[in-house]
Amino acid sequence: MNDLVSLFLSAAFVENMPLTLFLGLCTFIALSRKTGSAAGLGIAVVAVMGVTVPLNHLIYTALLAPGAWAWAGLPETDLSYLKLIAFIGVIAATVQLLEMVLDRFFPAIYASFGVFLPLLTVQCAILAGSLFMVERSYTLAESTVFGLGAGTGFAVSVIMLGAIRARLAYAHIPEGLRGLGITFILAGMMSLGFSAFAQMVAS
Amino acid sequence: MPARASLWNTLTDPLVHQNPVTLQILGICSALAVTTSVATALTMSAALTAVLVMSAGLISLIRNHIPGSIRLIVQIVIVASLVIVIDQILQAYLFEISQKLSVFVSLITTNCLVLGRTESFSRHNPPGRSMVDALGNGLGYSVVLVVIGSVRELFGAGSLLGVQVFQTVDQGGWYTPLNLMLLAPSAFFLLGGLVWAIRTLLPAQAETIDLLSPDKPEDLS
Repeated sequence: MNDLVSLFLSAAFVENMPLTLFLGLCTFIALSRKTGSAAGLGIAVVAVMGVTVPLNHLIYTALLAPGAWAWAGLPETDLSYLKLIAFIGVIAATVQLLEMVLDRFFPAIYASFGVFLPLLTVQCAILAGSLFMVERSYTLAESTVFGLGAGTGFAVSVIMLGAIRARLAYAHIPEGLRGLGITFILAGMMSLGFSAFAQMVAS
Repeated sequence: MPARASLWNTLTDPLVHQNPVTLQILGICSALAVTTSVATALTMSAALTAVLVMSAGLISLIRNHIPGSIRLIVQIVIVASLVIVIDQILQAYLFEISQKLSVFVSLITTNCLVLGRTESFSRHNPPGRSMVDALGNGLGYSVVLVVIGSVRELFGAGSLLGVQVFQTVDQGGWYTPLNLMLLAPSAFFLLGGLVWAIRTLLPAQAETIDLLSPDKPEDLS
């Protein structure tokens, strides 16, 4: 149990997806103009990662891992090179499903996501979550916790960034630095702050 | 010839005026993660440009046959297969660099730049034009990567493309490497500074203040 808690914390803070690993930055920057849309994005990422990482774990161990076909008399078969295409297929299907559900039942949220909901398929953080899960050979429980933790870390940092940007809207920023420029510098400062969490991993 | 002029514009616009990284906010993830040295930045740029051009051509060829509701899956499968090919080529011929790039070559699949261009351009344009647009965007991405990569390698390690420019203290020279340059925060600061510089030179790109307007996604042209 303790292990799972520390895995959750380390996935959420020590290895924060956008700020220390540079993953998922496109949506991180583009959808954080207001706290509201940032929270929506954060929730969507937690949901998609919480579903896809364990799902991909099942698919990987059952079908793709070396030796997965031993029961069929094919112990030599190693399909792990197909993992990229399998994972992205699962993620794309999940996102498409989410898009249809939102479009049908929550048109307002759907409209506010705009072109960025389809881009959630190409959220590097979500695919990277599944790839890390294979690389570190997590169990099913661990990969669920890891997916939720990494998603939560993303949600926390994107909501923080959204809140700071909402306040900065009233500040006098040099013209060229407005919008994208200042956002990168903010992200850099948050990244400096999050690097303090790196000390937690040893304990 | 207007047709030729517009093709030329399709190619050159993304270099600075419509730069995918600094204006359209596409493909930032990899732009920051692989720029600790010029060599990795160059390899990544070449890999991304190749994937982008080929996927734009392919998707544009079959654009009239893809049903709208499953277009994402079709596009992503095409991109993922191309990425697997590029990944295998890199591992075969440039093994050391491919080790350094590690997971980021696979992550070209999810580079927003690739899907962003196929969604917004290749889906509506013939193959030739789409490939020119893809090439332009790939080059625009490469320019940003190489600039940031050069600054980080020069000040972080005192070298360029592995050739020592500043003699570091370890080697008996005068230059103390700025380790922060090789860490995550500096990449954010540098890209922020680059965006500032471009928008100061080209004020048309500067964002206007919109105080209480509702959320709207960035312009994806």
